[in-house]
Amino acid sequence: MARILSYEKKDTWIHELSGVTKLLFFLVWCVVSALTYDTRILLLMIAVSLAVNAAAKTKWRQVGAVFRLIMVFMALNLAAIFIMSPYQGTAVYGTKTVLCHLLAGYDLTAEELFYLLNVLIKYFTIIPAVFTFMVTTDPSEFAASLNGIGISYSVAYSIAIALRYIPDIQDEFHRIRNAQEARGIDMSGKARLTDRIRRTSAIIFPLLFTTMERIDMVSNAMELRGFGKKKKRSWYCARPLRRNDRLVLAFTAVFAVFALWFTFRDGSRFYNPFV
Amino acid sequence: MKPIIEFKKYSFRYRSQTEPTLRDIDLAIYPGEKILIAGPSGCGKSTLVHCINALIPCSFHGETSGTLTVCGEDPARAGVFGMSRQVGTVLQDTDGQFIGLTVAEDLAFAPENDAVPQAELRRRVAEIADVVSVSKLLSHAPGELSGGQKQRVSLGGVMVDDVRVLLFDEPLANLDPATGKKTIALIDTVMRQRDVTAIIVEHRLEDVLYRDVDRIVVMSEGRIVADMRPDELLCTDILEQQGVREPLYVTAIRYAGGAIVPEDHPAHVETMNLAPYAASVREWFRKAPRRQRKNENPPALEIRHVSFSYPSGEPVLRDVSFVLRKSEMAALVGRNGAGKSTLSSLICGFHAPSEGQILLNGEDIAPLSIKERGERIGLVMQSPNQMISKPMIMEEAGLGLAVRGVPEEEVKRRVLETLRICGLYEMRSWPVSALSFGQKKRVSIAAILVMNPEILILDEPTAGQDYAHYTEIMEFLRRINRELGITILMITHDMHLMLEYTDRAIVISEGRLVTDDTPAHVLTDAAITAQADLKETSLYELALRCGIPEPSEFVERFIAYEREKKG
Repeated sequence: MARILSYEKKDTWIHELSGVTKLLFFLVWCVVSALTYDTRILLLMIAVSLAVNAAAKTKWRQVGAVFRLIMVFMALNLAAIFIMSPYQGTAVYGTKTVLCHLLAGYDLTAEELFYLLNVLIKYFTIIPAVFTFMVTTDPSEFAASLNGIGISYSVAYSIAIALRYIPDIQDEFHRIRNAQEARGIDMSGKARLTDRIRRTSAIIFPLLFTTMERIDMVSNAMELRGFGKKKKRSWYCARPLRRNDRLVLAFTAVFAVFALWFTFRDGSRFYNPFV
Repeated sequence: MKPIIEFKKYSFRYRSQTEPTLRDIDLAIYPGEKILIAGPSGCGKSTLVHCINALIPCSFHGETSGTLTVCGEDPARAGVFGMSRQVGTVLQDTDGQFIGLTVAEDLAFAPENDAVPQAELRRRVAEIADVVSVSKLLSHAPGELSGGQKQRVSLGGVMVDDVRVLLFDEPLANLDPATGKKTIALIDTVMRQRDVTAIIVEHRLEDVLYRDVDRIVVMSEGRIVADMRPDELLCTDILEQQGVREPLYVTAIRYAGGAIVPEDHPAHVETMNLAPYAASVREWFRKAPRRQRKNENPPALEIRHVSFSYPSGEPVLRDVSFVLRKSEMAALVGRNGAGKSTLSSLICGFHAPSEGQILLNGEDIAPLSIKERGERIGLVMQSPNQMISKPMIMEEAGLGLAVRGVPEEEVKRRVLETLRICGLYEMRSWPVSALSFGQKKRVSIAAILVMNPEILILDEPTAGQDYAHYTEIMEFLRRINRELGITILMITHDMHLMLEYTDRAIVISEGRLVTDDTPAHVLTDAAITAQADLKETSLYELALRCGIPEPSEFVERFIAYEREKKG
């Protein structure tokens, strides 16, 4: 059964890293990617992200569906930027190279295209990193890590338990959808979109009820076994930082400093090929 | 000796209710005892257990009176956490109880909450894993475990704290019979090794009695109506009065006119002194009516050489063939993961068989879509909550017709007619939320029946139900089977259900068809029961020990006699 964006155990050095390391890498990566518009740095980051993704042996079926969804939103986003401010690129880069005239007030400029390209590749630096983080991080070990960097353990554990139940809820969703489809509630592509939206209630409500039942049961079970008894809690699967973790963290720090220095050394966060 | 648990004039009323759920409970349980608590749904047995682990009154609020002492403490004051060091609770649903991502983490959960250092955690997990024999499974996720293995982990997870009392809330509800038997044996072993007291709430009395129990406490309407040794209790009619199923061999001896006395130790059929009863049992067997003839109707559903593998290549079903005849009631049995649910998915069209054919009334249904099959083959899931999506009964029951574009008038007519058959007519304008679990189950069946399917497939129709609700649901199914001539296939691990209500048992083990025979034959064949994780019925043992040469015929006649009695 297709389980999307959930942890899968594999034997790679990425999986072996501590959850803290991966989380810090991921956060720094997002910050750097948000700050810089330097195309060269962004391309370098994409290359690293993809390499990491490949090293983690992430399969298309684990992430494909979500990837497609993100692509749709990204296309909408880029279209919206162009419609709202067709001369953003010109404002940023200071030149105006008209490629062709579209409508009154809408010229297609090389600067705008280059700007949009930068926005696009910014996404691409982050997406593989998110995917890698989601599919390689053992939820319990991640909870231990979060707690390790000072986040309250009940918050950390709630996140872990949410991650842990994603696959179960996906299975339950398939079961309910099949049964409702047999009753004639067509959820396949054949039905009209409006019908499909209206009919999702036939799945959402049963799924919600069974999930609520489950939450109730799990929280009782946790309380009965002393969850929340003390201010502190230990973790069976907490991992101390190992050599690889230190190497990754060192690399992350060096890279972040270098990337920001490289980006801002001329006082602008944009790389300008037009002058 | 001082009791480890003592209720004195104890009463409890839930805040949301007007009547108390427990009334004047006086009960003393001594260290090392094994107590079975039985009684119909709503009798207060789960409430009693929740008082001991302090979920009452700490999580479920209400008013108490009288006193309760557990391990020298008052649970209400010690709180859930305070009691959790002394009292371990194994919940009914082992999936819900399984919190960790792997076996090892789940076993470590309680000491983790005590902030035990990691090295010590690992040592304790290794030790307890050994006690409950899951040492080889430490890195497994819950999805990779069988029901019995999950139960072991649940037990280990609460015992890791060196508790003195173990509470089991219907430990057998979701287990196949053979696994249930192993669980009871495990509880027994663990009690002896660790010197703990155990309280088991369960309505599968006969299965719990597989190992010695010190006392059985029977509850009814919040009061204790019996507190006796099993040998004594089985000689009374208290169980029958309270709607708790007594062991089948005891019922059989009663049918034969035997008046059982405690001195003959009726708690175990293997060791009971049968000398005073054997003659009358043989006599009853001779006179008992023979069973009706076989169903010779034309086939409704034919499964021909069906195989199925997942895309990963792992085979789930291999060359399964059987025929379901019109208006038959059959059981599909086998352990968890044997391929039963996969088979029903293939019949309903959720997956396509890798090989073989499925025929409905002699016609291959491969070209039919899920929706088209749904009009002729109805599937009822285990829990009605998995199916009900509309707030009102009428709407829910009519949903299948409404989405097929049937005119409103016609929908209404057919819904009302179906609700009448299902005994829900009086409640037709009620919201679904006002119904009991059994009534909701009937709504989910009505929502399928309204489409006039030829075949009804039910997944575990009675899981987690007490005997009264079980009887209600099953008698209802039998009625629609007779009145509408509908063919019914039930996926179940309940041996009683299979014996009492079906004409045929289709047994699957590891994806293969093991046998397709009458339930009485299946449950009296040691080779088959062992292979498919079933359990031989105690009637078989009784027949053998009474010197009846055809035990399966004895079982047949017993069932026929019971059916006649029930009308």
